[in-house]
Amino acid sequence: MTDEAIMNKALSNEYPHGFETKVASNTFAPGLNEDVIRKISQKKNEPEFLLQWRLKAYKHWLNMPEPNWAKLDIEKISYDDIIYYSEPQSVANKPKSLDEVDPELLKTYEKLGIPLHEHAKLAGVAVDAVFDSVSVATTFKDKLADAGVIFCPFSEAVVSHPELIKKYLGSVVPYTDNFFAALNSAVFSDGSFVYIPKGVRCPMELSTYFRINTPQIGQFERTLIIAEDDSFVSYLEGCTAPMRTEHQLHAAVVELVALENAQIKYATVQNWYPGSKEGKGGIYNFVTKRGVCKGNSSRISWTQIETGSAVTWKYPGVVLKGDNSHGEFYSVALTNNYQQADTGTKMIHMGKNTKSTVISKGISAGHGVNTFRGMVRATPGAVDSVNFTQCDSLLIGNSCAAHTYPNIEIGNSSAAVAHEASTSRVSDAQLFYCRQRGMSEEEAVSLIVSGFCKSVFQKLPLEFAVEAQKLLEVSLEGSVG
Amino acid sequence: MLKIKDLRVSAENKDILKGLSLDVKPGEVHAIMGPNGSGKSTLSNVLAGKYGYDVSHGSACFNGEDLLDMAPEDRARKGLFLAFQYPVVIPGLNNLYFLRQAINSIRLSKNEKILDAGQCLLLAKKYLAELDLDDSFLSRNLHEGFSGGEKKRNEMLQMMMLEPQLAILDETDSGLDVDALKTVAGVVNKMRSADRSFLIITHYQRLLDYIKPDHVHILSDGKIIKSGGPELALHVESSGYVGLGES
Repeated sequence: MTDEAIMNKALSNEYPHGFETKVASNTFAPGLNEDVIRKISQKKNEPEFLLQWRLKAYKHWLNMPEPNWAKLDIEKISYDDIIYYSEPQSVANKPKSLDEVDPELLKTYEKLGIPLHEHAKLAGVAVDAVFDSVSVATTFKDKLADAGVIFCPFSEAVVSHPELIKKYLGSVVPYTDNFFAALNSAVFSDGSFVYIPKGVRCPMELSTYFRINTPQIGQFERTLIIAEDDSFVSYLEGCTAPMRTEHQLHAAVVELVALENAQIKYATVQNWYPGSKEGKGGIYNFVTKRGVCKGNSSRISWTQIETGSAVTWKYPGVVLKGDNSHGEFYSVALTNNYQQADTGTKMIHMGKNTKSTVISKGISAGHGVNTFRGMVRATPGAVDSVNFTQCDSLLIGNSCAAHTYPNIEIGNSSAAVAHEASTSRVSDAQLFYCRQRGMSEEEAVSLIVSGFCKSVFQKLPLEFAVEAQKLLEVSLEGSVG
Repeated sequence: MLKIKDLRVSAENKDILKGLSLDVKPGEVHAIMGPNGSGKSTLSNVLAGKYGYDVSHGSACFNGEDLLDMAPEDRARKGLFLAFQYPVVIPGLNNLYFLRQAINSIRLSKNEKILDAGQCLLLAKKYLAELDLDDSFLSRNLHEGFSGGEKKRNEMLQMMMLEPQLAILDETDSGLDVDALKTVAGVVNKMRSADRSFLIITHYQRLLDYIKPDHVHILSDGKIIKSGGPELALHVESSGYVGLGES
């Protein structure tokens, strides 16, 4: 490749999803108070109990101090300057079919590689497309309903299945959990709801695609997945946002409930706008994700590829209540330029003979800061529980940083906990070896990084493993030389 | 093919090559022998483009082009191959995947059609048998847990697949048993052709029992102090390097 071709490639590889969709929207004025919460609840035709729950969360939030992280540098967030609700007009009136949806919206998803049209939609993957505060469309709903699976926007579920919402909402992440969970509980707008009945293996991959579009908006995603006894579901979420010089907040809460012998596989490919090369703008991604293995022999896995966002703050965890239950966490977190990530997992062992596996791969390039924070707790009742944690950091260049904070609390003598950690650097010898075989420096770096991440990539649904690999290549642009 | 003129190279302010000249014509096999510290590895590293060396004088041309000005990958794409003395481990990286990336990087630079995974596998399998390796070798991670002999065989596999014009073997024979040595020599002998040249850098003469070089050069203290035919290697074998410079 000539120098010019390399330049062109590098330029075209800038954040590819940074465009904005021009679409007529109903957008609230910025600011947060009880009226705003009532208006959101009204918009969604919510039952009264939900409004009351939101208001309790709001009151609780008002009295909570904003957290402060040791290793994160975050500009002060002004919560009164955030817009808490925006919906495209064509979606506001609950369109019966895609023909009633603004074509600009559909084009947006096509551009993002997520066609929603019946004839073009992804085979084998059902998609719920969330745009700002609302779901635009959900594919394969009927086919899933035939199998007894409920897959719909959260705001639809609160109307059609209030009993399930009442039973499970906040049961894994109570609104008192933390500052951003409380905020989310007060103002959440849309996300996905999944219910897999007893004995059903969900016939297709489920997926939600989150898109932030409107300037100044905060996106407060709420997702709830319930897997009844002996059921199985694999779910994947993706997310992107336009390029802007201001920060935008995405504060999500995701709750997973796995009953007896059920299995939930939850994967995230997080590609929010990471900010400019100089660290201007980008999404603040402050997310609370937790699953509970409620039933015996249940299993929950979190797989995450984190390449976007200016700041990422998330610790997907599993509460292992049921005996013989198994929690897994596989993570690749990449920070380039001025990105910061503080991520890891919590594995809370409560049942007997519970098992957890944690594999974390942190990659820091440019001025990126990558922190792994892990908690493994075995309560006195967690007899014979086992944890294995492997936490590896890879450094590219001399200006980045990696930190690891494992926290292990063992309440009984039969628990076995193993923690392995390593930090390595992409060495000049490795780069030279690859280049001597004809690869450019950038190809060499992405090859070395892909090897480093392999054990996590293998956990992704096949359709997305290739995607994740490409995403890493794009995110590594300019990390060398 | 390769023309080196009065090359002077230092690293960390220490002079290593002190005026080295060499002319390798298409189809020739040259052996460079020398004791430890004579500059053998520096020569191969400088030719391949490794950073950390300071060329203060002289030139090296590859098919008429200034080699020293090119990025390492461009040298590789133009047909220069270095079989490393110490191939580096890249954890988690699949061996076959690496091979395919290498082949396709070179093919792309020449506007040739790239190989898909299946084509690459077929090609690799063809060569594995010649190297006494089984198919599982390809699914291992690059040099992870490889024995010394396996690493060198992997270098030979890459050389066979990349079909370079000029192959530099940097002490490929070191640490090999006789069988492995014969395997390496077999590959080189098979690949010898009128338009492919080899530069075999070695400490001992034993590899040259199986590869008959056209020219043998003795490198000492950064200079070629004596050149000759295969008989020169035999002389080193019997009498060592001592006294060669005085003749």
